[in-house]
Amino acid sequence: MQEGAFPATTMNIVVCVKYVPDATADPRFESDNTVDRVGVDGLLSELDEYAVEQALQLKEGTEEEVTVTALTVGPEKAVDAVRKALQMGADQGVHVQDDAIAGSDAIATSLVLAKAVEKVGNVDVVLCGMASTDGAMSVVPAMLAERLGLPQVTLGSRIERKENQLAVQRDGDTATEVVIGSMPLVASVTDQSGEARYPSFKGIMAAKKKPLETYSLGDLGVDAGEVGLSVAWSAVEETTERPPRTAGEIVKDEDGSGATALVGFLASKKFI
Amino acid sequence: MSEVLVLVDHVDGAVRKPTYELLAIAKKLGTPAAVFIGGADKAEGAAADLAKFGAEKVYAVDDAEVKGYLVAPKAEVLQQIAEASGSEGPAAILIVSSAEGKEIAGRLAIKLGSGLITDAVDVAEDGSTTQSVFAGNYTVKAKVTTGTPIITVKPNSAAPEEGAGAGTVEQFAVTISDAAKAARIVASNPRQASGRPELAEAAIVVSGGRGTGGDFSAVEGLADALGAAVGASRAAVDSGWQPHSLQIGQTGKTVSPQLYVANGISGAIQHRAGMQTSKTIVAVNKDEEAPIFELVDFGVVGDLHSVLPAATAEIEKRKS
Ligand SMILES: Cc1cc2nc3c(=O)[nH]c(=O)nc-3n(C[C@H](O)[C@H](O)[C@H](O)COP(=O)(O)OP(=O)(O)OC[C@H]3O[C@@H](n4cnc5c(N)ncnc54)[C@H](O)[C@@H]3O)c2cc1C
Ligand SMILES: Nc1ncnc2c1ncn2[C@@H]1O[C@H](COP(=O)(O)O)[C@@H](O)[C@H]1O
Repeated sequence: MQEGAFPATTMNIVVCVKYVPDATADPRFESDNTVDRVGVDGLLSELDEYAVEQALQLKEGTEEEVTVTALTVGPEKAVDAVRKALQMGADQGVHVQDDAIAGSDAIATSLVLAKAVEKVGNVDVVLCGMASTDGAMSVVPAMLAERLGLPQVTLGSRIERKENQLAVQRDGDTATEVVIGSMPLVASVTDQSGEARYPSFKGIMAAKKKPLETYSLGDLGVDAGEVGLSVAWSAVEETTERPPRTAGEIVKDEDGSGATALVGFLASKKFI
Repeated sequence: MSEVLVLVDHVDGAVRKPTYELLAIAKKLGTPAAVFIGGADKAEGAAADLAKFGAEKVYAVDDAEVKGYLVAPKAEVLQQIAEASGSEGPAAILIVSSAEGKEIAGRLAIKLGSGLITDAVDVAEDGSTTQSVFAGNYTVKAKVTTGTPIITVKPNSAAPEEGAGAGTVEQFAVTISDAAKAARIVASNPRQASGRPELAEAAIVVSGGRGTGGDFSAVEGLADALGAAVGASRAAVDSGWQPHSLQIGQTGKTVSPQLYVANGISGAIQHRAGMQTSKTIVAVNKDEEAPIFELVDFGVVGDLHSVLPAATAEIEKRKS
């Protein structure tokens, strides 16, 4: 084959990964009603691992040159989320960190993410998780699409590339749909999209040498007055820990006694 | 009083119950005005139903240019109606907290420059909301402080209120941008009805997990005896025993029924996230150390394959 007959095209995927408090470590709030992102152990949101996995599969599924950039917006420790993505196989990382971002709502977060995507430049696919495991709003991908003026093919339980298009299967409330958009676009994937890989030893070693940029708001051209707790368009007024449930009655089943007791309980509560 | 826009959730003109719940909330905040995006021939019928539950006005938007595309056109419809709705704009915009509803709300918030609250379980007269977060371990009160409050509300958060509204239909013509038509829906398979109550709306949910070993007959038998919906843990869904539409938990549905019966489910935090706010919780599990027992009002330590059929037979006997 003649050199240059098929010029190498390149594809850029940015995968948005969030650093979240570990759900099994009793997440809590700070006195200003923001999520405690320092005192509780954090990690790469498990639901974003699925997005990293699909980004890597898109890369592996083509002969083209593909660059996968892991992007996070968050405090100092949030870089761990990017590192994990690099260990899994992403090529480079971007961490947007700025004290002014603290307490941002999804609206401001999506603004910062959008500016960071633009800074990375020439992006073909912005890939997100279905929801952050802490906020669980499932709105940032749609907001990113809105801000970037890109099509959204979101909440895919399956994702497939067809030339310059991505198709996702979306399992809705009343129907399963197939949605198609042309790149560049914003996509998100659910935890049905396929198990995420574990970083290999080789991957962990390789990650240490991968490029990782840290940007401030200034680097992205975002005004500090546009983000953060004080300008959020909604405010948390109060957070209350749920009182523990009062211990219930527990019986051991012996020769059918469990069923009788169960039916007795249901009847006493008028469920039968 | 300003209008409160309620985006109607419907299947082919048949209005789904959560919309009536939103109308009940809308009444507290202003004048309920439903936004029906659907076939032009379906609008009158839907409007009659919406009026019964308090809609004073129904904006009818022909969906010829909306259907076939994902999310973005619906956000444009709401934006155009909101911007046409008087100088003050609507008092609030209420949307059902479904996957699609939340995405519409997200795009709309950016378009209108308005604050957004998702997954509210209650909305007060002053527009402040209650949410249940961190797997139901915290209750949060919040309020939109900028623009028109956009609030997505979880199903079952309010009781529908019958009480006639005028239901005046106003045809609303919209212009959908080409950009909003960039994500096309190329195939759609409606979900098959199970014949059981809908999971998110059911008063009783009987669910099964890995402990069923794949045999859901005991779970389904008890569900049918109680007139309940069937649910499943992620382990049961991942094993292919039940469709994902029946999964309960963080990445499935949230249910808050009067009674939740968990069978062969350990009670992982991600499962709790979807059922912890149930009024009464019952579990059958053969491991007395299973964390689900920390949540229960009543628990049976035993094998679900014997306890459930015996309980089902006993219930049938009492009923006859
Ligand atoms: C990001 C993320 C999201 C997740 N989202 C969800 C979600 O939405 N929903 C969800 O459910 N999970 C979710 N999970 C998974 C969750 O962590 C658990 O793995 C899952 O809930 C376990 O399902 P299970 O209780 O059926 O299985 P197991 O944990 O294996 O428990 C099975 C139970 O059955 C009991 N048992 C076995 N045999 C019998 C018998 N014959 N009779 C009675 N009892 C028996 C056992 O004692 C055991 O307690 C998520 C995980 C992650 C990381
Ligand atoms: N701070 C963040 N940094 C990077 N990605 C994020 C951030 N917040 C949200 N995302 C992405 O947006 C998705 C949905 O988040 P949410 O709307 O908060 O539930 C997540 O799964 C991430 O992919």
